[in-house]
Amino acid sequence: MSNAMRTPAGAISVERYQGAVAEGRFRRLWNANAPGYLFLLPWLLGFFGLTLGPALISLYLSFTDFDMLQSPRWVGMANYVRIATADPKFSAAMHVTLTYVVFSVPFKLTFALLVAMALNRGLRGLTFYRAIFYLPSLLGGSVAIAVLWRQLFASDGLVNAALSQFGIEGPSWISHPNYSIYTLVALSVWQFGSPMIIFLAGLRQIPQDMYEAASLDGASKFRQFYKITLPLLTPVIFFNAVVQTIDAFKAFTPAFIISGGTGGPINSTLFYTLYLYQEAFGNFRMGYASALAWILVLIIAVFTAFSFLTSRYWVHYDD
Amino acid sequence: MTASVTAARPPSDITKRSLPASLIIHALLIAASLLMVYPLLWMVSASVRPETEIFSSTSLIPSSIDFSSYARGWVGLDVSFGRFFWNSLVISLLVVTGNVIACSLTAFAFARLRFAGRNFWFAIMLGTLMIPYHVTLIPQYVLFLNLGWVNTILPLVVPKFLASDAFFIFLMVQFFRGIPRELDEAAMMDGCSAWRIYWKIMLPLSLPVLATAAIFSFIWTWDDFFGPLIYLNDMNTYTIQLGLRTFVDSTSASDWGGLFAMSTLTLVPVFFFFLFFQRLLIEGIATTGMKR
Repeated sequence: MSNAMRTPAGAISVERYQGAVAEGRFRRLWNANAPGYLFLLPWLLGFFGLTLGPALISLYLSFTDFDMLQSPRWVGMANYVRIATADPKFSAAMHVTLTYVVFSVPFKLTFALLVAMALNRGLRGLTFYRAIFYLPSLLGGSVAIAVLWRQLFASDGLVNAALSQFGIEGPSWISHPNYSIYTLVALSVWQFGSPMIIFLAGLRQIPQDMYEAASLDGASKFRQFYKITLPLLTPVIFFNAVVQTIDAFKAFTPAFIISGGTGGPINSTLFYTLYLYQEAFGNFRMGYASALAWILVLIIAVFTAFSFLTSRYWVHYDD
Repeated sequence: MTASVTAARPPSDITKRSLPASLIIHALLIAASLLMVYPLLWMVSASVRPETEIFSSTSLIPSSIDFSSYARGWVGLDVSFGRFFWNSLVISLLVVTGNVIACSLTAFAFARLRFAGRNFWFAIMLGTLMIPYHVTLIPQYVLFLNLGWVNTILPLVVPKFLASDAFFIFLMVQFFRGIPRELDEAAMMDGCSAWRIYWKIMLPLSLPVLATAAIFSFIWTWDDFFGPLIYLNDMNTYTIQLGLRTFVDSTSASDWGGLFAMSTLTLVPVFFFFLFFQRLLIEGIATTGMKR
């Protein structure tokens, strides 16, 4: 190309000259951007083929009747109308899931914070305690733990055996509709380890001299907690609360294993995702299940937006 | 990170605390730790107890040790647990490979390469972190069914080679950004290709984050129940989690010893990873807030 530039004007047609310039521009554009896009290629394929594409199809399916045997039949808002007005199992699932969220998240975070504060005192054996408390979080999602939990809270299980030593006759936790959900809450609270570790990391960011100054001024421990620890920790509390709540909305395995996939007794452990699974892969109502999925997205989005909007009133960022 | 922060704490903080106070805290923490691990220890102990003794005591120490539950449980279904272990191992190792390769390529592009639209795509990638998998679940299932991939490991493995775990991309981008820019800028001046920079400079310097992603990938895939539940219907293709669940259903309440023995076995690899890579796992959680 440098040769073409050196040729005296007139020896090369204007079209060819402009073509050469355009080609050079294209090559420069290519050289500048190609490596980036080549590295991004797997992700881009995945994004269009496994995320964006399926999400759009799922949105379409949510307005149809689709059983996988025949092609989807457009039904407009019918699925959503039925969810909102005429589906007792949806209300049951919503109720179970909200109960789970409302009980498991605050307890879990409270334990996580208390233990993190106990560990953040320069104690010996920190690594050991931290590991022990974290272990259930790591194992907790597996089938084995759900199986174990089902045994612990069975009517002749370990919890009732322990209670009977104090002369208390425990109920049959798992098979009683009033209690079954709380065994799942207990399982979730038992896994407070990962928010605890995040709290611990957050507590370490708080400068020690603030506490020293406060105790010189005669502030009590409680006041120090209330005036220093808590406000400075609000970004971490906020983060943990949002992550744990979204996670709780999506819980599946424990409820599936403990209820044998039914969500019983009397729908008392019918988690939202379990209901979605039953509709999609049990009854092959794929259109209806897609609508359920979008409702879940909507709920999570509304919750997240609400958290972020209210956060400005209680979350303090250093600035 | 954690170790250095501990060391940096002023010693006065430790010494000024009174002895009784710290004894009380230790006592409380030990009690709480016992409560936390008691169910796990009980399960392990139940797996080596004589069958008649499993429910008769809440004690952790069996009167005699008997491994017959393991032998019985192992062959308790038409397909042995060896098969399930193998299937889980293959899937987990492939997922680890896919995640490490694909996510590091993507993260390298976002963290280190300049190209038109980079910020746009990065924002999209962060956005996908927030989408619950339920939204893409059904169309993905239909897609994989039409491809004839149901009852194979492909639906569980192939997406990972397309960097579908945005979470690990994010983790790696954060790490890559911490590596001094002078290194790749100098290499670029010397005419190094982007690929060589990625392969010869970035990856060797990023072993800690790659290991963290690999370990979490392994554990999460090993523990995954939902994916296999949907895509694997033939018992020969079952993963360890599906095998255990089938064992629960088939024995219901008759063989508790075998059930606890197999439950314990499914946890062994996770526990093993935990023991050896505890520091990486905890740092991964502390710095990024991974949820589990």
